Amino acid sequence: MTAPRLLDRKLIFVTGKGGVGKTAVAAALAQLGATQGKRVLVCELDAKGDLASSFEAGPTSFEPRLVAPNLWAMSMDTEASLRQYLALQLKLPRGQYVAPLARMLDFVASAAPGVREIVTVGKLCWEVRERHYDLVVVDAVASGHIIGQLAAPQAINRLVRVGPIRSETGWVLDILSDPATTGVLAVATAEEMPVTETIELVGRLAKETTVGLAGVVVNRVLPELFGNREEEIFEALGEPEATAALSAELGGPAGPLLEAARLMVRTRRARAAHLERLRAFLGPSVPVLYVPYLFLRSYGLRATRQVAAAIAAEMES
Amino acid sequence: MTSGPPTPDGTARGSGQGPAPPPEEGSGAIEALLAAKEIAVVCGPGGVGKTTVAAAAAAMAAWHQGGRVLVITVDPARRLASALGLPAAGDEPEQVPRSAFRAAGAAPQGELWAAMVDTKRSWDRMVTRHAPDRATAQRVLTNPLYQDIAGRFVQSHDYIAIERLYELHSEGAYDLIVVDTPPSRNAMDFLLAPERVADFFASRLLRFLTVPYRSRLVDVASRPFYYVADRVLGTQFLQDIAEFFILFQTMSEGFVRRAQEVGRLLTDRRTTFVVVTTLGPGPVREAETFMSMLPSRGLHLGALVLNRVLPGYLLADGLQERAEALCDRAGELAEALCQASAPLAGRDPSQVERVLCEVGVNFNNVGVVARREANQRADLARPPRLSVSVPELEDDVHDLAGVLELGRYIWAARGAPLQ
Repeated sequence: MTAPRLLDRKLIFVTGKGGVGKTAVAAALAQLGATQGKRVLVCELDAKGDLASSFEAGPTSFEPRLVAPNLWAMSMDTEASLRQYLALQLKLPRGQYVAPLARMLDFVASAAPGVREIVTVGKLCWEVRERHYDLVVVDAVASGHIIGQLAAPQAINRLVRVGPIRSETGWVLDILSDPATTGVLAVATAEEMPVTETIELVGRLAKETTVGLAGVVVNRVLPELFGNREEEIFEALGEPEATAALSAELGGPAGPLLEAARLMVRTRRARAAHLERLRAFLGPSVPVLYVPYLFLRSYGLRATRQVAAAIAAEMES
Repeated sequence: MTSGPPTPDGTARGSGQGPAPPPEEGSGAIEALLAAKEIAVVCGPGGVGKTTVAAAAAAMAAWHQGGRVLVITVDPARRLASALGLPAAGDEPEQVPRSAFRAAGAAPQGELWAAMVDTKRSWDRMVTRHAPDRATAQRVLTNPLYQDIAGRFVQSHDYIAIERLYELHSEGAYDLIVVDTPPSRNAMDFLLAPERVADFFASRLLRFLTVPYRSRLVDVASRPFYYVADRVLGTQFLQDIAEFFILFQTMSEGFVRRAQEVGRLLTDRRTTFVVVTTLGPGPVREAETFMSMLPSRGLHLGALVLNRVLPGYLLADGLQERAEALCDRAGELAEALCQASAPLAGRDPSQVERVLCEVGVNFNNVGVVARREANQRADLARPPRLSVSVPELEDDVHDLAGVLELGRYIWAARGAPLQ
């Protein structure tokens, strides 16, 4: 049996350590799906507004908004989600009580374990179940927090013996547990802590949740400047006599130019070891996609498109 | 053994042999800031290196200022603990062995201590402290909901870190405590945590929840709430929650008083906030919001640390043009070098050409990022007077020497401390 291809899934949670570029990868993945003709919803969970700037499309809200052809963006709001749930699932009258009641329930959710999480995950699974979109990409919470979210149905089942919210967990769990439907995409950079956290995440995902790992994105991979022979030449250029000759030819110090290349070579080499550790842990069965470091003046739609192109190229190879 | 700084050596990690100036030490502004404070809270967006910056600041203070310095970290991977030579460090502070400093070429004037916050144990301790009697404490600790709740509600991670800080500060055993704040979804959560704990216990909703089941039926105001809550959560679950919170409420007075005291400690003049960020647009935005929030909450911003910044030499005049020339004239330059320069004699000019071109392209790539970072820095709406840049180190910090190397950059920064 071959694993489903990344974008053939219906629901993808993009997570990773803070600062590794989760939002950029989620935005790019959504963009890629949309350009392939899928109707895509991309949802930001932490409401920092970074997702909106990836599409240069103004702020997102709970109500999905078209930000590009075939591509809708929204940000999660547990209160609004709860309100929608009350109206849709429990057929409660949309009377004057609904808003204050939702606020009250939001409070209950903040105290009762798993309730807030199930409301978030439930909303995303609901979009999948209702087939409103072909693909839902979630710019999820950081790897430290996502386990609690994905394991919410089990937490609810453990703590709640009877009642509507328990019966709601059944279909949510079905959607989350089907590897052809749902997957987690872990984003890392080739640095010590992000790699360590990714390894921990993959272990906990298997142990504590029913959600499968769809793949790992290694973001901001530095370019390899020189091959073996070229590296010898580069070393030779660094010798004072050669550097002086080059400086004379250029009419100014060439040292900083060589130093910048040295910085790149050394940093890349230091990171290679972390990358190896990650690969060795993941084994051959987990797809790993490499996204190059983008030397860009600014982030935004341009960066999103470049990351999307890099992911597309990696998926073909 | 000398007590002076190690001589910056050209092959040190980080600055390398290049034009990046090795930091000078002594009488820096962060030094003055930390000398005048009892608590430094290191905070900022996720993934910017808070933990390492906190350890570096504490290690430098212990080295140069003497006294007992404590760093409280929440590093889940315990990488910092092992970097400090304390693989077993736990909830109770442990001293970093002097031999670790000696191995890093430093003779510290004071002591460096480190503690890792253990959330679960801290919660248990708080419950035991605030419960009216042992029996209630036991009932809470053994309640099945407690296990799930202790880790979750009201940003417990954030609160626990400050609570632990308060506890250790009131022991009075340390001259300076540096706190590494937990990786929250949002840097602001940390500041709001004590307030949220107080709000939580004061809330009308908590009272609703804990009204005994029978008497709720006569309470007209709460009836619609229970109607919905029953339908969503189920009566049984609601009762379980209610029972748990009735127990918990017996501790509310202690909890709330403590949260208020903890909040006061943060606004105290003896406490300073050090904001850490990288120069990426997302982190900068978050750090700025955070910095603008501090004064309105009566908190004192001491310094801004810009971490993993590209070296300033990349912005020097004329370099961009030379990099362009390197690409444009690579062939001609390669020929000339292969003929005239001994280290390159006998090399294949076409390979030399490729190397030169690669060097030029790389410089322009890195230059774009360096300029973006410079702009980002210039755009900081309210840069504190004390801003420190720490370069991107080529390797991760994994021993005390690495921690101190980073510390040298922080220590060397000049400028007037804010508060």
